Amino acid sequence: MELMHYLTLAAILFSIGFYGILTRRNAIAILMSLELMFNAANINLVAFNRFTTPDGFTGQIFAIFVVVVAAAEATVGLAIVILIYRNWRHIDADRVNLLKW
Amino acid sequence: MEQVVFYLFAFLIISSALAVVSLKNIFHCALFLVLCLFSVAGIFVMLHAEFLAAVQILIYVGAVAILIIFAIMLTSKLAGRDPIMTNEMTFIGAFLALILVFSLVYSLSNTFFRLADTEPAPQSTLELGKLLMTEFVLPFELVSVLLLAALIGAIIIARREGN
Amino acid sequence: MLEKAFIIPLLPLFAFVAIVFFTHPREKLSSWLAIISIAAAWVMSIVVLVEMLAYDGAQPYRLEQAFDVINFASFRLEFGIWLDPWAAIMLIVVTTVSLAVYVYSLGYMHGDPRFSRFFAYLALFSFSMLGLVLANNFFFIFIFWELVGLTSYLLIGFWYEKKSASDAGKKAFITTRIGDLGFLVALMMMAMFVGTFNFQEIFAKVAAGHISGGLLTAIAILIFCGAVGKSAQFPLHVWLPDAMEGPTPVSALIHAATMVAAGVYLVARTLTLFLPDWHTFVETGALTTSAWTVAWIGLVTSLMAASIALVHNDIKRILAYSTVSQLGYMMMALGMGGFTAGTFHLFTHAFFKSLLFLGAGSVIHAVHTNDIREMGGLSGKMKITTMTFIIAALSISGIFPLSGFWSKDEIIGSAYRHPFFMVVALIVAFMTAFYMFRLCFLTFFGIPRDRGKYDRALESPRSMTLPLIFLAVLSVVAGWVGIPWLKHGYASFVYHGYPHHVEPNILLMAVSTAVALSGIGLAYLMYYKKSISAEAMGERFKPIYTLLYNKYYIDEFYDHVIIKPTHALARFLWSFDDRIIDGLVNLHAKVTLLLSTVKYWIDVYIIDGIVNGLGIVTDAASGVMRLLQTGRLAHYLLVVLFGLILIVLLSTSNLLNWAFLEAGIK
Repeated sequence: MELMHYLTLAAILFSIGFYGILTRRNAIAILMSLELMFNAANINLVAFNRFTTPDGFTGQIFAIFVVVVAAAEATVGLAIVILIYRNWRHIDADRVNLLKW
Repeated sequence: MEQVVFYLFAFLIISSALAVVSLKNIFHCALFLVLCLFSVAGIFVMLHAEFLAAVQILIYVGAVAILIIFAIMLTSKLAGRDPIMTNEMTFIGAFLALILVFSLVYSLSNTFFRLADTEPAPQSTLELGKLLMTEFVLPFELVSVLLLAALIGAIIIARREGN
Repeated sequence: MLEKAFIIPLLPLFAFVAIVFFTHPREKLSSWLAIISIAAAWVMSIVVLVEMLAYDGAQPYRLEQAFDVINFASFRLEFGIWLDPWAAIMLIVVTTVSLAVYVYSLGYMHGDPRFSRFFAYLALFSFSMLGLVLANNFFFIFIFWELVGLTSYLLIGFWYEKKSASDAGKKAFITTRIGDLGFLVALMMMAMFVGTFNFQEIFAKVAAGHISGGLLTAIAILIFCGAVGKSAQFPLHVWLPDAMEGPTPVSALIHAATMVAAGVYLVARTLTLFLPDWHTFVETGALTTSAWTVAWIGLVTSLMAASIALVHNDIKRILAYSTVSQLGYMMMALGMGGFTAGTFHLFTHAFFKSLLFLGAGSVIHAVHTNDIREMGGLSGKMKITTMTFIIAALSISGIFPLSGFWSKDEIIGSAYRHPFFMVVALIVAFMTAFYMFRLCFLTFFGIPRDRGKYDRALESPRSMTLPLIFLAVLSVVAGWVGIPWLKHGYASFVYHGYPHHVEPNILLMAVSTAVALSGIGLAYLMYYKKSISAEAMGERFKPIYTLLYNKYYIDEFYDHVIIKPTHALARFLWSFDDRIIDGLVNLHAKVTLLLSTVKYWIDVYIIDGIVNGLGIVTDAASGVMRLLQTGRLAHYLLVVLFGLILIVLLSTSNLLNWAFLEAGIK
């Protein structure tokens, strides 16, 4: 397959994920959309690695680290969500607006 | 043959992603997320990144998705009715997301990438391991520290008062 | 002694300084200090005269001592002495009369609260007059000229509580000032055109013909202006009668014998300027314009003043007008070129006029009135006063062999080339004799008209009568130095140009004696025998009488034509000035107020406006801006997405490529 196909795929996935963050109200749903975006990035990285420098593994290493960091971030994020739920009994992202003017 | 597989995986990814962002039942969203992640692993395999595919499944599906499901179960009223899942920005968000896609594709297609002709290297796992321990050992260690921090942070954030 | 003549003026100056600074509280000491100083000056003057007479040289004695005060190339100011026979004579006159007056004042001013001050002023005056007499240049003489005027003012207004006295002082000073203005202009012209003030240098230049014609005439006439003021000639004579408000010793000293003589002295001193070509004059008797001016003014003055004296009733006023008239005589003589005559008459007149004044003072002191209509028959009670007064009156009338006879004849004689002047002079002589004896008869003889005053009248104390006797003697003998038959008389001592030879003119003597006797006779008939009624005369000549009694209305004329307009102008200028100044000040205040109000407004509105404006704008902007912070993540991400799209698009567009190209990046 061509590089462009993979890149297009990653772009679509990214956009879907972005749409999900913008639109969803459930905080966990937002986090899930975020995971989608991470995956889109990973696809990009690996695709570039495969088509541009097939001898090397830089893209894959990068992707590994992305996965790890995403995992850590999901952890912390979900901990926060649980905390919010514990205090406010909801996890509606639209109602978490304490930083409102 | 390769094309068919690709399109299959692509279809799976996209449709499950769409499901993730639009389904009312959050649990269903989580399940579709799992499906999406598996499909991405498949794409990895197609791109000759086997180790990465394994890592993807192990970590993403095995840990993160499970985590998400646990969180869902802890925080949602499974038995009750589903609240409205989307906010007022669906239209503009969709519109802008489409524009994003098109602009990205447009810009990517207008970019010249220096493609190489060589074949991908075999035995990626071994090579990756070597690289992690030699060239990329610093990020490797740092990321482990990061994981530790995340772990401790999450525990502290989520623990009950008084404990 | 002659070289030390400059000490003479310094003696009374010393007395003045001592009295003012030291001995003021001690009256007796102050007065005796003054008297001793003037006596010493008198003695020194006599020595000077004697030495000068003894001087045996081809030319008459002349001495000039000077030191320069300012000496630039173009300009020289010096203080100096010029001592010659005429100056020596003047020294004698001034010191003698001063001595008599000082002693007299011991008695007359006794009990006055400002006794010491009087003597201080007298001493200052004597110093000024002596300095004037000895000065060798115009600038120096002008200094003393002004000083004399000042002391005159101070002494006339000595009893300044009396308004009439202080007014009289002012009048004297201002009137003489007008004359002094002419003198000052003459000084300036001298400085500009001649280049020197020194008498001798100027006379030399005149002789050499450097100054001539119009310039010389102008300077001479301007100098004469000063003399007109000081010597109370027409038209500046108005101050002298009013000056009688001062104490009588003052009148005797200043306004009879000395200060008023300063004008005559000046004209005599500077006669070269009036008659530059003396040789021609002696030959032909031709007079210059300036000399004619002097002569005519002298003549008019003497006639006018004598006529006014005919009808007045204030004893001192009569004597004052008499002084004016006699000064006119002297001026007339000088104008005719009669240097010897004019100076001789000044010499004799000083003695008998001061005697007349002191005598009048004695009378006033006794009866406490100046009005002769309230007197009468005082001869019985005041013998010495009466006798000395009569002697002086005879002298002034020109009766042989008293001093006045000789000097008056000289005066009339000096006009021999101009018969008109002679006739008028004789008429004046007649009038003089008449009014003098009218005065005598009314004061000393007849029935006392005010019994009360008469009863209280007493002869004056010795301090007052001794000077009277002293001066009476002088009135008789002083004139004998000028007897025409004398070989080395006055005329060979004091002269101008060439020694003057006086021809005895028997005809003139006879005529003048006749005139004088007829004047006395008429007065006798009218006021002693009363065979001709004075009142009837007055009625018959009522218009003339009124005119004379009101002094030809000259004072009123001056008042209306000069004084009132000047006052009006001054008032107008003052009010104009005041309004402008007030206006300016108020305007300034108003403008300042306005400006400050405007500034206040600007300050408040603009600065407040700016500051508040800043605040308001910031507030409004923030009010708008904060709405961006919805607190909702989704909104923030929307913006991010928007930006992302923008960047993606830009990265592909040529814009960025072009930008990179410009920056040199491929």
